[in-house]
This record gives sequence, C-alpha cells and structure tokens, in this order.
Amino acid sequence: MQKKYSWYSLLKAGLGNQEWDQAIPLSKPKSKYDVIIIGGGGHGLATAYYLAKECGITNVAVLEKGYIGGGNTGRNTTIIRSNYLRDEASSLYEHSMRLWEGLSEDLNFNVMFSQRGVYNLGHTLQDMRDIERRVNANVLNGVDAVVVDHKEIKEQIPIINTSKNARYPIMGASFQARAGVARHDGVAWGFARAASNLGVDIIQNCEVIDIEVEEGRVKGVKTTLGDIMADRVGCVSAGHSSVVAKMAGLRLPVESHPLQAFVSEAMKPILHTVVMSNAVHGYVSQSDKGDLVIGAGIDGYNSYAQRGSAKIVEHCAAAILELFPIFSRVRMNRQWGGIVDVCPDACPVISPTKVEGLYFNCGWGTGGFKATPGSGNVFAHTIAQDKQHELAVPFHIDRFTSGALIDEHGAAGVAH
Amino acid sequence: MFLIDCPYCKESRDQNEFSPAGEAFIARPQNPEELSDDEWADYVFYRTNHKGDHWEQWVHTNGCRKYFLVKRSTISHDILEVAAFGEVTSENKS
Repeated sequence: MQKKYSWYSLLKAGLGNQEWDQAIPLSKPKSKYDVIIIGGGGHGLATAYYLAKECGITNVAVLEKGYIGGGNTGRNTTIIRSNYLRDEASSLYEHSMRLWEGLSEDLNFNVMFSQRGVYNLGHTLQDMRDIERRVNANVLNGVDAVVVDHKEIKEQIPIINTSKNARYPIMGASFQARAGVARHDGVAWGFARAASNLGVDIIQNCEVIDIEVEEGRVKGVKTTLGDIMADRVGCVSAGHSSVVAKMAGLRLPVESHPLQAFVSEAMKPILHTVVMSNAVHGYVSQSDKGDLVIGAGIDGYNSYAQRGSAKIVEHCAAAILELFPIFSRVRMNRQWGGIVDVCPDACPVISPTKVEGLYFNCGWGTGGFKATPGSGNVFAHTIAQDKQHELAVPFHIDRFTSGALIDEHGAAGVAH
Repeated sequence: MFLIDCPYCKESRDQNEFSPAGEAFIARPQNPEELSDDEWADYVFYRTNHKGDHWEQWVHTNGCRKYFLVKRSTISHDILEVAAFGEVTSENKS
C-alpha cells in the first residue's frame, strides 16, 4: 500500500527532496489470477482499477509487454470531449466525461484534467447543418453543447483566421465547454497506482505470446515471464488487438493504421482552448508546458510500424496554418505515430467473444483517450458479471453480424 | 513514405500517387443466398489485419488508375512483391 498523496506529503518530501516513495510497486506474476488484463495502457489499467474498486475483484494482473502507458496512451493528443451524435456513443463518452470530472480526487493522483473547452469548426453550409444537428442531439442527451458563429470564435480565439478569403472559411463551430485535455501519462500512472493500492499486480515487460483455450473456455496465457492461469481474460491491446485475437483463434472487424501527431517547441500561452476541424483535418491545443500539440489523420494502409507518411504530416500542417497563420514560424520538436485499430463504424467493441471467459475491448480507432475511465468502467463490469454493462450493450461484436452498426463515422467526422 | 513499382506503368513512383484499397484475395461469395449472417459479416467486415507480410490492393490514383496487388510488410513498410491481378492468386501467392 502506497502512502496517500496530500499537500503535506508533497511538502514533506519536496522540502528535502528525498523520501520520495516509488509511485507504483514492481510486481512479479503469480501462477493464477481471477482476471488477467492484457495491455497496460490507460484502458487496461482503468479496467483493473474499476474491477478492484467497484466489482470487488482484486486478484487481478495487468500484463504489459513494454512499460505502462508506452503505447497509444502516451502518443495521443489528449483531447477529451463527449459531443458525439449517436445516443449509444454519446452515452458512453458522457459516462466517461463524468468520471473524468472527479478522477484526480478519486485516484488521489493529479491527472491535470483541464476543462478548457473544444471547438469543432464548420467550414461549409453542410458542416453547419451537421453541427446544429449534433448540438441539438447533444442537448437532448444531456451533453453540454452550443453552436457559435465565426464572430464569437474570433472573439474567443483572436489568433484564428476567420477571413472570408481563406480557402475553407470558418463559418462557425460547436463548442463544448466541459471538454478539454488531460495529462495522458498521468492518467496511466494514476490508474496504475490506484489499482495497485487495491491489490492489482501491474506487471511490465511481460508480453503475452499465446492464449490457452480448452473446450471453448479460456484457461490462461503464456507469457515471456511464464504461464499464468486465469478464469477470465480481458484484452485491451489497441493496435495489436488482431494479433492477440489470433492467439485465441478469433478474427476481429478491425484494421490497424498509423495515426500521427506532433508537438512544437514550448511557447508562452497563446491558445487557451482546443480547436478541431474535420473539414481541413487537423486539431490543436497548447499543453500546460507550452508546446502546441497537433494531431493528424490516419494513413489509409495497414501498419504496425508506429510511423506514418510525410504526406499526412504535410496535409495536417497545411490545415493548421490555414486556421492559424501565426503558427507558420513555429518549429516542431517531435513527431511520432501510434497504431490505432479502426472498426468499420468508428465505434469500439466492448464485448464477450465466442471463447468463454475471453473479453475484448478494442476498435477505439482514433478516439480512445477521452474514453479511458468510461471504457475501463464498463469493461470491468462486463468482465465481472459476465454480462455487458448496459452502456456497452450496443457495442457488442455481434453488431457486425446483425447489421446494427453505430454510424459515428459519418456523424462525428474524421477527427475523432 | 515509400516508392511503389506500378506493374502497369512499369515505373517506380512515389507512394503519394497511390491509394491503398484493402486486403487482397477477398473473393466475393459464389453462393450469396446460401451464406449465413456470420459468413456475410466475415466477408464484409472481418479482416486478417496481419502483422508481417501482407497481401493488399493498391490503386494508381494519380497515374494509370489501375488496381494491382502488393505484398508489403506491415512492420517495416518494405514492399516485397508487386503483381497485376491474375499474376498472383490466393492459391499461388508466396
């Protein structure tokens, strides 16, 4: 059990700059667990945390092949919002948003959740019709959202280019005030620390190489640190979901693509909110340490390479400069890619499978970070009760057989 | 970023000229009326998403506009083989 963080503990350790406890204990795997979670990213760690906290299952291991939060959790652009069009999607993301709002207190770890608002820009009349429809749907679903015109945008963000002479002039936007950003690494660390305080083993550098299935039931996993038995296994391995599924003889309706992002050198505060545009396809915010965090789109080809094409970077940079000409002299510091598993309907799979005791939480595509607490929460209940959480029901893998897809791809647009 | 040898143009061209067009060798079912919902779902939505050498389709969008087959590593992005349709099939692929 780690000591609780408080102003007193920080002052005491900070004054002498010593007695800093290790934040998360290093665990070795036991031979058997009630539940194994494959994947120590935000979603996997959140699943373990809520299994222990809300479902009373503490004999849980999280197996991570690298280090926790080293995959997409540490590679995204940290945007959090819940203004999705479809009822199924907006309920799930709003559930997540409510958890975000109390998360730092709940975890006793500052995840630096900052509700600085998100603007989703519209550049054409059709964009504006879609935005009005989405905002109305949001309000009916209890999600805060308003439509703003280009004058209000200019008032709020003086550096944005609302000129009518732009190639794609900004006509307006939807604005969600409760949306914002969080510290992505902090989210992984916070969930890991809080979960391990409740008895969960967080095991790093432990790659799952096979899943043992006997008579249609999962028995355990083979790992680089030996065999581990488990009654239930939850897979939360994002871009590698298809690889893990293959170990159990399953196929998934997902394909893995590279998704890129880049950050600039640190600057004084210049952008106090988050701006996204589906039409020109770029999104940007400024982190607390001052760098611009810019996200691009996916490459169309399949890849597990964690790097994408220069064409996408160029396209995204062009979009950002169209919106913010003032950024034209900003130097970029780093650029990277993550592997995202995209479902045909751009909605996740949170579901049991044909193998008894084996559950999948995957297909979050380009928009998983915002859902971290909500995804973990509903997936934990799904595993614990062997029955989908009510918010997860529409996200059953069988929707690809029944045809009951959730058409968020057309609704939320590409930036996710 | 990589170069692709278009089997029709017989030239090595920038990847930007091409568009990916999904996994190769997914044959349209011969007997659609007899297919179960699961089989339809597999044909329409489920993909191999292979990590490693992957046969896929590309189209030379800003060139000859023809579709062709590419065997490409999804780990290194190296292109290992390029072929016109018919030259390589699901039976004789390497």
